[in-house]
Amino acid sequence: MTDVGEIIERRARQTLRTCVRGIVLAVTAVAGLPLLVASLASVLLLPAGLGVVLAPKSLLVVRRHADLQRRWALDWSGVTIARPYRSLSTKPTNRLFRAFRRCRWVLGDPATWRDLLWVPANVPVSVVLGLLPAFLLVAGTFALVNDCGTILAGWKNVVPHNFLLQVLFLSMLPACVTAGPWLLKLHAAAASSLLAPTRKEMTARVGQLTESRWEAVDASAAELRRIERDLHDGAQARLVALGMNIGFAEQVVRDNPDLALTLLAEARASSGQALSELRTLVRGIHPPVLAERGLDGAVRALALSLPLSIDLHIELPGRPAAPVESAAYFAIAEALANVVKHSGASRAWVQLEHDHGRLVAIIGDNGVGGAHPRAGGGLQGIERRLNAFDGMVAVTSPAGGPTQVTMELPCELSLART
Amino acid sequence: MRVVLGEDLTLLRDGLIRLLTAYDMEVVAAVDSGPELLRALVDHRPDVAVVDVRLPPTFTDEGLRAAIQARTQLPGLPVLVLSQHVEQLYARELLSAGTGGLGYLLKDRVSDVLRFIEAVRTVAGGGTAMDPEVVAQLLARRDRDDQLGRLTAREREVLGLMAEGNSNAGIASRLVVTEKAVSKHIGSIFTKLDLYPAEDANRRVLAVLTYLNA
Repeated sequence: MTDVGEIIERRARQTLRTCVRGIVLAVTAVAGLPLLVASLASVLLLPAGLGVVLAPKSLLVVRRHADLQRRWALDWSGVTIARPYRSLSTKPTNRLFRAFRRCRWVLGDPATWRDLLWVPANVPVSVVLGLLPAFLLVAGTFALVNDCGTILAGWKNVVPHNFLLQVLFLSMLPACVTAGPWLLKLHAAAASSLLAPTRKEMTARVGQLTESRWEAVDASAAELRRIERDLHDGAQARLVALGMNIGFAEQVVRDNPDLALTLLAEARASSGQALSELRTLVRGIHPPVLAERGLDGAVRALALSLPLSIDLHIELPGRPAAPVESAAYFAIAEALANVVKHSGASRAWVQLEHDHGRLVAIIGDNGVGGAHPRAGGGLQGIERRLNAFDGMVAVTSPAGGPTQVTMELPCELSLART
Repeated sequence: MRVVLGEDLTLLRDGLIRLLTAYDMEVVAAVDSGPELLRALVDHRPDVAVVDVRLPPTFTDEGLRAAIQARTQLPGLPVLVLSQHVEQLYARELLSAGTGGLGYLLKDRVSDVLRFIEAVRTVAGGGTAMDPEVVAQLLARRDRDDQLGRLTAREREVLGLMAEGNSNAGIASRLVVTEKAVSKHIGSIFTKLDLYPAEDANRRVLAVLTYLNA
């Protein structure tokens, strides 16, 4: 008996939730109309110059509006709508040119215009599909209450030829319960037709991913070659010399103890150098402190080992996947190495946090500024490292400073080890 | 001198036992995991513990954690921590669990047998033995506006060697000066770091700590 009660209660709650969500969809759709007007006005202002600043701003708000629909489609109906937008190139330029580039980035993206088209199209779709569940609920409940009233009143005023109409009204309640979620799903599907990436955009994205994957594979192959060479010329050669010295000492120890002593001392020095080389190499592959303490501890250890004071604000409630952790660590290490080498800064800061599924690292310094991503330079290395994980890096470094490097890596955190 | 050894690699563990025994130390327990190490330290209360940072079961910083925990349970328990890599972060954490009787060295240092044994004895005697690499990183820092900024370059060099666990005679031979000159530098360091009272050995430790915590 309780089971039936529970099921009815759950269904009732679900139905109410569906109705509320439908109303939210409809209200949001109507609220989008002023956005449409503002965006069109700002685009019309483009020739006047003011639009260069206003148009991207208002269109990005439209983009947020579209993002909201995408999130609801996923959360409420399980329909995934990918974000189709192009990424903003991060080459540093002066302020004016940056505004123009931003404008071109937003206006040149076909997805922007599909977002905008969706705003008016969404109004009839949302009003019909969104308000229907609530309408069915109210009308159905009303009919039910009315009929109960009729029964209680002793079947007076019964008009038989309205029987079909009565059945229709009474069927509204079950219709609301069963069809409500499907109506929301239908809305999500309609949204997907305009808000999802087109086939062409998907192809471009696949191309981009293929490229970054090859870059990553290339970079790791080059890295392996470097490690092989370092081992071959360094530690391995030293171990050979070590074995030779000890063997020789063994032979001469009775006849010429002095020579044996010299050889053994050389062997010890050689083992020390081999160890030191191996340590440097290991740090370059995967720093031990990263394995032991994760990104949080490794960045703290790194900051302590550098010859200038670094303010740290690290808030990571868990650990990212190992490859992401490693990429982020080396990117931060590279950025800090640049600070030490080029900036002449007396102070630097690192901010590291996880926000909305992205790992965000900001590395800044009070040095001379004017940092440029040169071919083969540190900044480009960071970009390549992060590209492999769909991450991005942005640099602001006006002449005279301060310099700030912002990195973002999409990732989830696992629970912190305790 | 009674020693507890925490090292999971058999080759190194046996080598260390042989080395320590050869210099009249008694290895009362040699264990190969973090939890066992903590138990052995609390049970045996050795004169000094020689501990590898990375131990089973997690193979992260199990040994370091066990050492810090043992020192909070048994304040002043002398611990010499060995590692394949040294981090100032770990040096600070070790120091935060109580002062004196503390060593933190690269494993490589074992190959210089005499200095390694000296370091073990220094730590057992309540002194400090920091790896030259930790000290070198500290010396490289540009931004010194604290107490240490008042020291001359030579005085900082002397303080660095003190942090590594050298005696006055050791410092004198490293810097190629007389022992008298060294004690003059040290006296001046004590004054500049406001370390007037207390006995000499204790002041040495305090000076080193000021240096390491900066």
